[in-house]
This record gives sequence, structure tokens and C-alpha cells, in this order.
Amino acid sequence: MIEVTDLYKEFDGTPVLKGVSAKFENGKTSLVIGTSGSGKTVFLKCMLGLLQPEKGDISYDGRHYDEMSGDEKRDLKKEIGMVFQGSALFDSATVEENVMFPLKMFTDMPSDEKLDRVNFVLNRVNLENSNHKFPAEISGGMQKRVAIARAIVMNPKYLFCDEPNSGLDPKTAIVIDNLIQEITDEYDMTTVINSHDMNSVMEIGEKIIFLKNGVKEWEGTSNDVFRTDNEAITDFVYSSNLFKKVREAQLKEGLL
Amino acid sequence: MLKEVFKKPQKGSVFRESLFKEIEDLGINSIGIVAFISFFVGGVVVIQTALNLDSPLTPKYLIGYASRESLILEFSPTLISIILAGKVGSYITSSIGTMRVTEQIDALEVMGINSLNYLVLPKIIANVFFYPFVIIISIFLGIFGGWVAGNLTGLVSSTDYILGIRADLEPFHITYSMIKTAIFAFVIASIPAYHGFYVRGGAIEVGKSSTRAVVWTSIVIIVLNYFLTQMLLGK
Repeated sequence: MIEVTDLYKEFDGTPVLKGVSAKFENGKTSLVIGTSGSGKTVFLKCMLGLLQPEKGDISYDGRHYDEMSGDEKRDLKKEIGMVFQGSALFDSATVEENVMFPLKMFTDMPSDEKLDRVNFVLNRVNLENSNHKFPAEISGGMQKRVAIARAIVMNPKYLFCDEPNSGLDPKTAIVIDNLIQEITDEYDMTTVINSHDMNSVMEIGEKIIFLKNGVKEWEGTSNDVFRTDNEAITDFVYSSNLFKKVREAQLKEGLL
Repeated sequence: MLKEVFKKPQKGSVFRESLFKEIEDLGINSIGIVAFISFFVGGVVVIQTALNLDSPLTPKYLIGYASRESLILEFSPTLISIILAGKVGSYITSSIGTMRVTEQIDALEVMGINSLNYLVLPKIIANVFFYPFVIIISIFLGIFGGWVAGNLTGLVSSTDYILGIRADLEPFHITYSMIKTAIFAFVIASIPAYHGFYVRGGAIEVGKSSTRAVVWTSIVIIVLNYFLTQMLLGK
């Protein structure tokens, strides 16, 4: 379980996270949602140790991040996979080299075993015959698949995804969401996804945390999110015309 | 920054691979431009020296001697370093800066990799150990360019030029030149790497950072050149 307690972060005196606490259970997919600028990415980066919070505690299965030595932090990071918003693939390396990179850095596997493992994860994300292409030569959806493949190649215990379907068409976005959910179940990972996409909430969110202006405004399940009376989350969820119409129809039929 | 850079690499085989890649990118790929500039500047140095030493009492071999000294002491180590500060420095800042703004450095950090050590150390080592070879090539090609120019213009005979090249060679001048080169090579790798690593923003900031890196690298080389000359050659 990942446990975040009372996390504070500010930039140049402007608070971005104001005491956020959350628990992310093992083997489950949790979604952190909120509008742009609500602090989702900063929250994720603090959890990953990319940003140093002013206050608060982060623990991975009882291991407190602040109390770890440099080596312990590096060991913990070998258990973490991350899919960045822009994929963050190494653009001077091929798809195969990108996915193989963590294996080269952290294992002493023979070359053919490494290649087998790379091909296995690339097949798992349904990406074949692209091993020797560079990131610039493949589509955004394929780049996301490569990023997922790279994130899971070391069999991580924890998977973090920052807006995994931003910039993708709705159909590809659902494919990526489902892929993350399947992989989470398959590898029994603790997955935390940052998103502002309501389709993701409906597709994969087992637990939802709603951030607003750096504060945890609401927490619940994907079923609760459509039934809550919390005005902030209702505003967020029904901000699109499509969802407004769905809500009106549901209200008419007495479903809400 | 330097404390993190000079830590032991996390994986020797990956470091060696990066090192050879950097030697190719930063060193071998610079030989062409260095050779071209050195050859022609060597020629220009000989022509200008010959035209200024017009007294019949001045022996012609001094043209070769003066050209050799200016190439060894100043042109090859300092001016070629400033040229490389532009070529290599902007490459280092923009490549690392682009990795920063596209979150590739964050990706390395999340994997548990010391990104400064992984990205910067191979560049510094490649520069410091390979640039002296580049500068030696520059000195030889400059001298050769001077010989060609002297012969083509008829300003100095081949015999006089070679006599001058071989006259009163002070071995410490070559040592001085190589010490300067190694220090400038460190500056050419480290200052642009710093500007690239800590860039914030997007493509425009990366561009601005590259320009700043080249300017600062050139300034530091010029100032260090003054102090190193005073320290190593001053009485």
C-alpha cells in the first residue's frame, strides 16, 4: 500500500498542495482526478521523489520515503514503473532500446534473455514489428504503449501514469485505459493514474480521489462519483455537454 | 552538481557504451571542422607573418618559427576550444535541455538512475581525454597549411619554413598547450551540461539556454586562458 499523509508543496510561496492525504491499496487502480492546475502532477511527482514536498510523509508498504538512504531510494525506484504524460521515451533510442534500457541498467541478464523479455512486454502491449523504429516514427498511441512496456519490463510493484491518454483519440484512449487495467490485474500492481478524463473514471477507476486547488475535495468509488452531492465534483464530472445530457436523462428516469 | 556527476557509474558496461558514443559525437565528429579551420588559419598565419617580416635582415625561417609558436601556444588550444564551445557546447545544452523539457530526465530519475552521472560524466571524460588528440591534429594541420600557403605564394621556401618549424622547440610549450586543452575541454562539457540540465520551460528556453551556455563557456575559456598563461608561462 502507498500511504500519503498531509502532503504540502509550494512553488515560490504559492501553495500547490495543501495537506493532501491518501491511501492507494495493493492490486488496485486508483485515479487522481481534477481540473488542470489542481495539483495532480505535483502530487504524483512528490510521490515519485521528483519533487521534494515542504511537509508530509509518503510510505511504500511501510517504508517511509524521507527516512530512506540514497541506495534504498534507488532500490525502491526499481519497483516503480512510470508512464509520463508525453511518454518521455528516449528519442535517440529505438523502441527496443527504450524498453531494454532498465534491464541493461539493473540486471545481468544475457542479451538473448533481455531481448525475449522486451519482445514479451511489447507483445503484451500489442506492439509488434516496431522494435527498430524510433519514437518519432510511431504514433502517439504507440508511444504510450512503448512507455507502458518500458514501465512494466522490470515487473514493478507500483505503476504510476500521468494523463496516460492525453492527446489520444477516444478509441485509443479506451484501449490504453483497458491495457493499464489488465496489466494491473495481471501483475497485481498498485496503480495510480492522474487523469481529467471522465471516460477513464468510468472504465478503470476502482478508487477516485478528486483534487481541487491543491486540496483533496472528495474520495470514493467510480460508482459514487456519479451519485455524490459534492458540488465541486458534480461540476467537474458534468462539465461536458455529453455528461450533462446523460445526467438529465438519468434524473428523468429516476436513476440518480 | 559535480559531486553527483563524479560518482561511480551505476553500470560499467552502460557507461562504456555511453563513453564511446560521446567520443564519436563530441570528438570524432568535430575533427572535420577543426581540420578545415586549422589548415586555412595556418596558411593565413604564415602569409601574415611573412608580409610583416619584410626586413631583409630578418631570417626567413622565423616565419615558420613564429607560425609554429602561435599555433601551439594560442591558436589550436584556445581558438579551437572557443569554436568547439559553440559547436559542442550548444549540442550538449540542447540535447540535455530537450531531455529535461520532455521529461526524459525525470524518466531516468524515476528508474533510480543518477541522471547527472549517466548523462554528464561520459561527456566530460570523452572531452577531457579526446580533445588533446583533436588539438594535436589541429597543430599539425595548421603547420601543414602554413607550409602549403608558403609554397603556393612563394613568401617562404620549403627549406626555410621547415628550418623554422624545427628551430628552438620548447617541449614545455606543448605541455602547456595540452594542459590548457584538457582544462578547456572540461569547461566545454560542464558549463553547457549545467545549462541544459537545469533548464525550465520549453523549446524557446532550451534555445536561450544554449546561447547562454556558449557565451559563458567562451568567457570562462578566455579568462582561464589569461590565468593559465600567467601561471604556467609567467616568470
